[in-house]
Amino acid sequence: MKAYWYCLSGIFFREWLRFWQQRTRLLSALVRPLLWLIVFAAGFRAALGIAIIAPYDTYITYETYIVPGLACMILLFNGMQSSLSMVYDREMGSMRILLTSPQPRSFLLICKLLASACISIVQVYIFLAITWFYGVQPPLLGLLVALPALLMVALMLGAIGLLLSNGIRQLENFAGVMNFVIFPLFFLSSALYPLWKMQEASLWLYWLCVLNPFSHGVELVRYALYLQFNPVALMVCAATTAICLCAAVLTFSPKRTSLRTAPSK
Amino acid sequence: MNALQVSDVSFSYGARAVLHGLNFTCPRGRVTALLGPNAAGKTTLISLLTCLYPLQQGQIKVSGHDLTRAPRSALRELGVVFQQSTLDLDLTVEQNLRYHAALHGFSPADAKQRINAELERQQLSERRHDKVRLLNGGHRRRVEIARALLHNPRLLLLDEASVGLDPASRQALQTHLRSLCQERDIAVLSTTHILDEIGPEDHVLILNKGLLVANGSIAAIQDQYQQQSLPQIFEQLTQKAPL
Repeated sequence: MKAYWYCLSGIFFREWLRFWQQRTRLLSALVRPLLWLIVFAAGFRAALGIAIIAPYDTYITYETYIVPGLACMILLFNGMQSSLSMVYDREMGSMRILLTSPQPRSFLLICKLLASACISIVQVYIFLAITWFYGVQPPLLGLLVALPALLMVALMLGAIGLLLSNGIRQLENFAGVMNFVIFPLFFLSSALYPLWKMQEASLWLYWLCVLNPFSHGVELVRYALYLQFNPVALMVCAATTAICLCAAVLTFSPKRTSLRTAPSK
Repeated sequence: MNALQVSDVSFSYGARAVLHGLNFTCPRGRVTALLGPNAAGKTTLISLLTCLYPLQQGQIKVSGHDLTRAPRSALRELGVVFQQSTLDLDLTVEQNLRYHAALHGFSPADAKQRINAELERQQLSERRHDKVRLLNGGHRRRVEIARALLHNPRLLLLDEASVGLDPASRQALQTHLRSLCQERDIAVLSTTHILDEIGPEDHVLILNKGLLVANGSIAAIQDQYQQQSLPQIFEQLTQKAPL
């Protein structure tokens, strides 16, 4: 058991070192949601009135509404990016060293997902600290209660990313993933607008939002931040994580070079 | 016991067969040079030996452990240096080695001891806190070899490890590999297409179009083909000019 622990801590330590040495990554991860919060929310505040909806017990500003969604946006971009970077790592980099370790491959993949998830969560808390000073102040205890919810959502998105990366042969396809996965997941969710608003606009778009696991991730975090529990959201996130993780581990191939075509040499 | 035993191994990419019934062993205490022109199947063979490709046919045993039935035991006995560097350039030499030690399940104290010993052996102790990015090609290779030996493997695999090195670094690497075989009684399997790198006491395998066309000591191969030099034999067997 100790060997597993040392392995897990080694993978965490390496991810942390890489994160620490690429601080511009942190900056870019924070700029995106902060722009949404400060610029986008200011513009849409007047257009989008928010009624009293759970888990809020009073009228809230639009900024307050979108903070949980923007926190999940950080998890979404990081989760996809770190999982898809494995496409590159498998052929070129350190992933080969990871995969020639004597520990079980499934364990190694889960360790890598967990480590990436924790790095993402650090970024989310830095974002939440900034939003606190901006005036969006959920209960202090909510910040602590949100931790397991954030971990759940980060793992779910990492597992989806890992599953996607199994089907992607080149890192250049990340642009395609942005257009066909990240943006639809984000915009077809409750991150920027409550689903009842979407229901008023279009019923079929509403149902797409309801079926989107990212919506449930956002709601899980939103409820947790305001000290409430959303069992449906938790079940959807847990089930999505389990299914995607199992499928990703089962379909994982250490080399992305297709076995149907020869490698370069 | 042989450090590596490859029995009847074949591999294909779909309908295209790239390895045909390979049989060979790598004895401990010696360097085995795996020669072959481009597209001979060397990298595919390395991918099979490191579990990056699943074995389709045949059997591979590393220090007696079957790679299919007991991959974890087999991988414990295997150290690998890939053709392209797999070091993390933004981490220091020591951080790279600590990561590898952790992947093998060593405690921090054990890892520290092993890293100290290996860096000392590779004469890299003074560079331990340098980022890998600051090292030259020869030193990076030595760090990779130190890393590959950290867990005391019985078999060291090198996939074209001398590519990109200047002649002096290449010579130093070859000398170092031979002293490793003597000191630690390990087997080294080194793929290359540079014939100058082969020493007179090395075991030689020549792979051409997925077929093992020569297998033995240089003297034995020369006896068999009645030729004067290894480059001529290589040319005859691969129908290409020696590189």
